[in-house]
Amino acid sequence: MDNTLRLDLHNIAANYGARRVLQQITLTLHQCETLVVSGANGSGKSTLLRLLSGLQQPASGTIHYHYQGTCYTPRQAMHLLGWVAPDLALYRELTGRENLRFFAAVRGLQCSDTQLDELLAQVGLAGRGDDRVACYSSGMTHRLRYAYALLHHPPVLLLDEPTVTLDEYGVAVVARVVEMQRTFGITIIATNDARELRFGDYVLTLDTA
Amino acid sequence: MPFPLPMLFSAAWSVFVKDLLSELRTRYALNAMLLFAASTAVAVSLGAQFLGTRRDDETFLLQSALLWIALLFAALNGLSRSFVQEEETRTALALRLAAPPIAVYLGKLLFNLVLLLMLDVVTSLLFIIFVRVQVDNIGLFITLLAAGSLCLTTATTILAAIIARASFKSALFAVVAFPLLMPPLIIVIQGTALALAGAPWADGLMHLRTLLSYAVATFVASLLLFGFVWEA
Repeated sequence: MDNTLRLDLHNIAANYGARRVLQQITLTLHQCETLVVSGANGSGKSTLLRLLSGLQQPASGTIHYHYQGTCYTPRQAMHLLGWVAPDLALYRELTGRENLRFFAAVRGLQCSDTQLDELLAQVGLAGRGDDRVACYSSGMTHRLRYAYALLHHPPVLLLDEPTVTLDEYGVAVVARVVEMQRTFGITIIATNDARELRFGDYVLTLDTA
Repeated sequence: MPFPLPMLFSAAWSVFVKDLLSELRTRYALNAMLLFAASTAVAVSLGAQFLGTRRDDETFLLQSALLWIALLFAALNGLSRSFVQEEETRTALALRLAAPPIAVYLGKLLFNLVLLLMLDVVTSLLFIIFVRVQVDNIGLFITLLAAGSLCLTTATTILAAIIARASFKSALFAVVAFPLLMPPLIIVIQGTALALAGAPWADGLMHLRTLLSYAVATFVASLLLFGFVWEA
């Protein structure tokens, strides 16, 4: 089976009302490559990631994922995508493990509690799986977002402000996740943090003009 | 990627179980609906005591209309919560990325139906106890209650999905739901009056057929529309 992975963006533009935030974005990413998208607030970094995840439609242009010989639009590719962002909210009234069990079930995955605990440990939440998300700190909630995104081993990982609210250990977890992703998939990181530019094979700098 | 049917139903069941668990822990919808039903039954029993003593066609219609008004307003209070809460707490994004749209719709439809059937039981018992409503054809009464609830649920679930991302959600929900719910409400009020009067099953069959046709039509339309509404 053809396991190669490729992401093609062609002439992407995005608008908010009359204001154009992105235009003429054309790029191709291949398996094992990492792209860092940087730029000032409002330059369209998060918008680009939302376009790539299918949560928003581009004003013009096309986005295609090519995986195992099949071409997918972002909305058809949700099984290929893992998305972490500060505005990704999980169910506060459920525990961390219940959240992961639910999202595994709706994705059609069969995950045992042991596998979920291993995933929680991987993101630094060992022993906290039975606590409700409402009791988590902002950093712990962000770690749970990583567990949500990694649940189905997605070949494409979209990270918006990947280390926001994380402590040093959390930052190290993110570095490990990005390194692991580099061995088999594509990672796209949107960040303002200059320290995170080191993750990228390529850097795309957006400006607000 | 298309989901095989058994996996789709399994995902829908997971959405239902998650919503039920969330509701039992937060009681956003349940408390509002039960409080509305109880206050309506008590108000009617105190304000219109004669309803329990008379047994003529007008009284049966009045009892039936009051019962369905209580159910309708309690339902309008609670049934939009499942989608509105996903948008307000911003969990809808995580759900959109993980779950097939049809599974989300079916799970939420089932959750709303179970919530409304629970409300049916409580409201009917309150009306029987406080308003002293006497049901002469219990089988037809229960079947009409279930069919009417199915109509309310199929119509309000898709409406809740549509209005969830709008401003002034609760006002908009009631305004949009009103014209859509009027036809089945009129039918179910007339049918329930027949059941209270002890009419035979044959008399209520036309009402049941109309209600089920309405429910099937709104369900099929919702299945076709939901993907566009959810991903808009």
